[in-house]
Amino acid sequence: MTSKTNHFVAPVEETPLLATDTLKTDQAPLSLWADAWRKLRRRPLFIISSLLILALIVIALFPGLLSTVPPNDDCQLANSEGGPTVGHPFGFTFQGCDIYSRVVHGTQASLSVGVLSVLCVLIIGVTLGALAGYYGGWVDAVLARLGDIFFALPLVLGALVITQLPALRENKSVWTVVLVISLLAWPQMARITRGAVIEVRNADFVTAARALGVSKFAALVRHVLPNALAPIIVLATLNLGIFIVAEATLSFLGIGLPPSIMSWGNDIAGAQSSIRTKPEILLYPAAALSITVLSFIMLGDAVRDALDPKSRQR
Amino acid sequence: MTTPDIHINEADRTEPTPLLEIRDLAITFKTGSGEVHAVRNAHLTIMPGETVAIVGESGSGKSTTALAAIGLLPNNGAVSGGQILLDGEDIAHATEKRMIELRGNTIGMVPQDPMSNLNPVWKIGYQVKETLRANGRPSGPDDIARVLAEAGLPDAHRRAKQYPHEFSGGMRQRALIAIGLSCQPRLLIADEPTSALDVTVQRQILDHLEGMTSELGTAVLLITHDLGLAAERADKVVVMYQGNVVESGPSLELLRNPQHPYTKRLVESAPSLASRRIQVAKELGVEASDLLAPAAEAVAADHVLKIQDLRKVYKLRQGLGKSTDFAAVDGVTFDVTRGTTTAIVGESGSGKSTVAKMVLQLEKPTEGTILFDGVDTAALKPAELFKFRRRVQPIFQDPYGSLDPMYNIFRTIEEPLRVHKIGNKASREKKVRELLDQVALPQSSMQRFPNELSGGQRQRVAIARALALDPEVIICDEAVSALDVLVQAQVLNLLADLQSNLGLTYLFITHDLAVVRQIADHVCVMEKGRLVETGSTDDVFESPQQDYTKALLNAIPGAKLMLPPEVA
Amino acid sequence: MVRFILRRLLQVIPVFLGTTLLVYYMVFALPGDPIAALFGDRQPPQSVIDTLRSQYHLDQPFWVQYGLFLQNLFTFNLGNDFTGQPIAASLARIFPVTAMLAVEALVIEAVFGIAFGVFAGLRRGKWFDSTVLVASLVVIAVPTFVLGFVFQLVFGVQLGWAKPTVGATADWGNLLLPATVLGLVSFAYVLRLTRASVSESMNADYVRTATAKGLSRPRVVMTHILRNSLIPVVTFLGADLGGLMGGAIVTEGIFNVPGVGNKLYQATLRSEGPTVVAIVSVLVLVFVVANLLVDLLYAWLDPRIRYDQ
Repeated sequence: MTSKTNHFVAPVEETPLLATDTLKTDQAPLSLWADAWRKLRRRPLFIISSLLILALIVIALFPGLLSTVPPNDDCQLANSEGGPTVGHPFGFTFQGCDIYSRVVHGTQASLSVGVLSVLCVLIIGVTLGALAGYYGGWVDAVLARLGDIFFALPLVLGALVITQLPALRENKSVWTVVLVISLLAWPQMARITRGAVIEVRNADFVTAARALGVSKFAALVRHVLPNALAPIIVLATLNLGIFIVAEATLSFLGIGLPPSIMSWGNDIAGAQSSIRTKPEILLYPAAALSITVLSFIMLGDAVRDALDPKSRQR
Repeated sequence: MTTPDIHINEADRTEPTPLLEIRDLAITFKTGSGEVHAVRNAHLTIMPGETVAIVGESGSGKSTTALAAIGLLPNNGAVSGGQILLDGEDIAHATEKRMIELRGNTIGMVPQDPMSNLNPVWKIGYQVKETLRANGRPSGPDDIARVLAEAGLPDAHRRAKQYPHEFSGGMRQRALIAIGLSCQPRLLIADEPTSALDVTVQRQILDHLEGMTSELGTAVLLITHDLGLAAERADKVVVMYQGNVVESGPSLELLRNPQHPYTKRLVESAPSLASRRIQVAKELGVEASDLLAPAAEAVAADHVLKIQDLRKVYKLRQGLGKSTDFAAVDGVTFDVTRGTTTAIVGESGSGKSTVAKMVLQLEKPTEGTILFDGVDTAALKPAELFKFRRRVQPIFQDPYGSLDPMYNIFRTIEEPLRVHKIGNKASREKKVRELLDQVALPQSSMQRFPNELSGGQRQRVAIARALALDPEVIICDEAVSALDVLVQAQVLNLLADLQSNLGLTYLFITHDLAVVRQIADHVCVMEKGRLVETGSTDDVFESPQQDYTKALLNAIPGAKLMLPPEVA
Repeated sequence: MVRFILRRLLQVIPVFLGTTLLVYYMVFALPGDPIAALFGDRQPPQSVIDTLRSQYHLDQPFWVQYGLFLQNLFTFNLGNDFTGQPIAASLARIFPVTAMLAVEALVIEAVFGIAFGVFAGLRRGKWFDSTVLVASLVVIAVPTFVLGFVFQLVFGVQLGWAKPTVGATADWGNLLLPATVLGLVSFAYVLRLTRASVSESMNADYVRTATAKGLSRPRVVMTHILRNSLIPVVTFLGADLGGLMGGAIVTEGIFNVPGVGNKLYQATLRSEGPTVVAIVSVLVLVFVVANLLVDLLYAWLDPRIRYDQ
């Protein structure tokens, strides 16, 4: 009799041999970005937030679409703290200005501060962070210490101090707020960029490019940076929301936008005195602010999930 | 023809019931893109004290089958059919409580990657202690030390107070083996226990493991991708492919007489077995020309590369201003003949990759000269260096890292032509198409991105990119080490064809001596930055001079297998 | 370990110097008459100007001024404010209040943030996780001062559960409402960070190995998942002290808490340069020291970074 163990062979029809290593040709070509976009499109968080943001952009650019009442023209003290009436759905502020119109027109200031600050932070932070992460050495050391210094100044604290500067104290405008926020927020972007660049710079495809004769700097721009974009984009999207809150906080403290510019932060600051008697004056701009910020943060979250390398197909 | 009874181990005459029996097992995963049938029909039997190996490539379902036996499938996986009988009890759908009882003292596991499988924030001794305690064993410091010492860790009391990152790779694996066997389980699942380690260390650890398990009478379920290793260490081999068991039986019989087409392919392609066959053939004086790469046609001693006394010293900062010198490459001299393949073999830390980087002019040598076609590369001016790059090109190891994920295949292969301003848009496209043909990739792959291709396909794109500038020398830095066995064979064949068609010279860096046997004409063996031995492949394999070379040869899995006289 | 501590200390010094230098420079050394800038729009008598000028050593070169400023800082001689009161004395009075507020906020955000985050992380994808995730987004989106007003209105005025303003009765109990408001945004961040960290640790190889050893599930969660996930959370909590200090300014204003933040805010509105500089310098010092302590804590928690890489 044969041995106790036997030699089993599966029938070939049930276990057919596939050709080794064939290419899938059924779908359209799919880069990583296209793959991420496909995932993003389906998420409810993304759909809701982008619709909201689109709406906000439209309102910011064309406030006249939503509110025919010119915001500051019609302020009559007689209407002070009045309730909602026809044509004035939110009622009136302490000075008798139409709340609805102020809220609608305030979108522009908040969004522009947010967008401009993010752009500045991107330019400064990504450049410095990429250079520090890629070249290392003393560039990196200097940047790390410089960043630490700014990190040691929390946003509000730093803003309080910086706005003491005579130049800034006298001329408050959208640009001064943008300057203050950018100055205090660039280190975080630089740190994220540096981390991402460090991760990518040792990849074989970068070495392969150098072996081709691509110069060190060209390799940074053409190969390293495009692959380091994911965390930068996520942070930039989140920052849009966070900077809008920051502007509101600064305006609330009196060190942000000047009262002449209509913004939600200013409105909330002005509404403090009426909070016991008529809280709506504060709540409407606060709600507008919160919804705006929420949509950007939701977008940032959705983008981060879509770009998450762990969910990528291999 | 009767097959001799080569069943080695004992015990199943008195205990006919198998320890583990898997019948018609099916495992399904729920993923974002639907259900994946990782295992369709798996079956195997392990008798008490027996060692059974499951062999397969990635995606075969071998690891999944083993994990199911210990109840460690990931959350989205479930047994969708069949039985897992442990001593007659079906544990395929056992409660978690029951599995916790079984784990540790009845079924143990030794996982694959020693670094990621030990918790970095707890001491080694603590991680052993909690195992002993959870399974009701004495867990005092002496017990812990004894467990570690049995696994081959010297100075166990001191080692128990250290953290995983203070251990070397081999020591960490021993610690994991210690943990796996600490409660003397009846079945040990070893999932690729040594594939993350250096070759010489692998043999030591596997020998030790074999000693421990035979002493304890533990049955072993060994998962591996290496057929030679499986045949050497196990009594029975189970071959899995695409979630099915395609063949199983006594190990030597499977090697000598594979029936299923897949097993036949594996046996033909596995480097360690192929290497062994060549060895045996040579010993018998058989002309095994079809087993070897086509012989190099270079006649004159045309040395396209001459390396002399090459040294590379790195300064390691010790903090607070001090630094020590570390010689990654310490005096290496060898020549590369045009049209041949020269392999540099060594384990991790041998300096072989650093040599490659210096030849590619990506690192500057500290001392020594590299003569390319008679010209000292260190003396090249930037413009000449740029032209030099066209003649020497690399192919790297990690197919997932060597192609820019943002570039599609066309741009990747075209980039060398663009950088060197060769031709115009139309001629470059034509050249890319030619290259794709040369590496046997369909034209439609031009628009695709690296993340859509498999490992072997990406490596072929890397080869196409390397060929774009019509180089003379190609440096393959572990170019096939990350590929599955069959894909590896395909790529090696492609490289061999290209060499004979285009007259290429290869400098082949690898840690795998078995692969070297199949493709190289000359071998340089490196250890810790020094060149230990060099010579033609035949010489080095048949009569190795140095102890280190002998140890490397010895470590090839399957080296101890006895193949019968009728080989070719 | 000792080398690590020394290295961190060495790194802290330039940062502290740099920050205080920046602050000092901005307030005092810019072109234009700093004394006039100190007073803003007001015009004090010449004798006051002269006294201040010599007090601040404005006749000396900048570096001497800065050196003297540092020296004064470390001897707690922070100068006098515009009413002639020594700043150091008033700081000593109000600092403990802010400290209580910040500590309470830190405890609230840590305890609740970690607890909720762990639960959400362990049960990722279930209803608790999704609810908590959306709620945390809302909390981050609504500015602290709005939340402050809302809480003050709802819990203070309408429900009467707490005192709407604190005033002079600042103790642990009365500070609970402002501390909650202060810690709310950070609580959301801690929650999300914990959740992400736990969820990542759960998929780690060593967790699977721990289960394979036969450890019970609660043991695996406590010893392996939690222990490893808390490391980034602890680091965040330490670094968050800066955010708390910034937020304290707003919260103290709303709830009328007599703390450092309130004083700083008033001083800024009244353009009282010396007070602003003094308070900011002290706060920066606190922040830098806190960061150092957090780094040391991190090294204790994660053995890998104790040794030179």
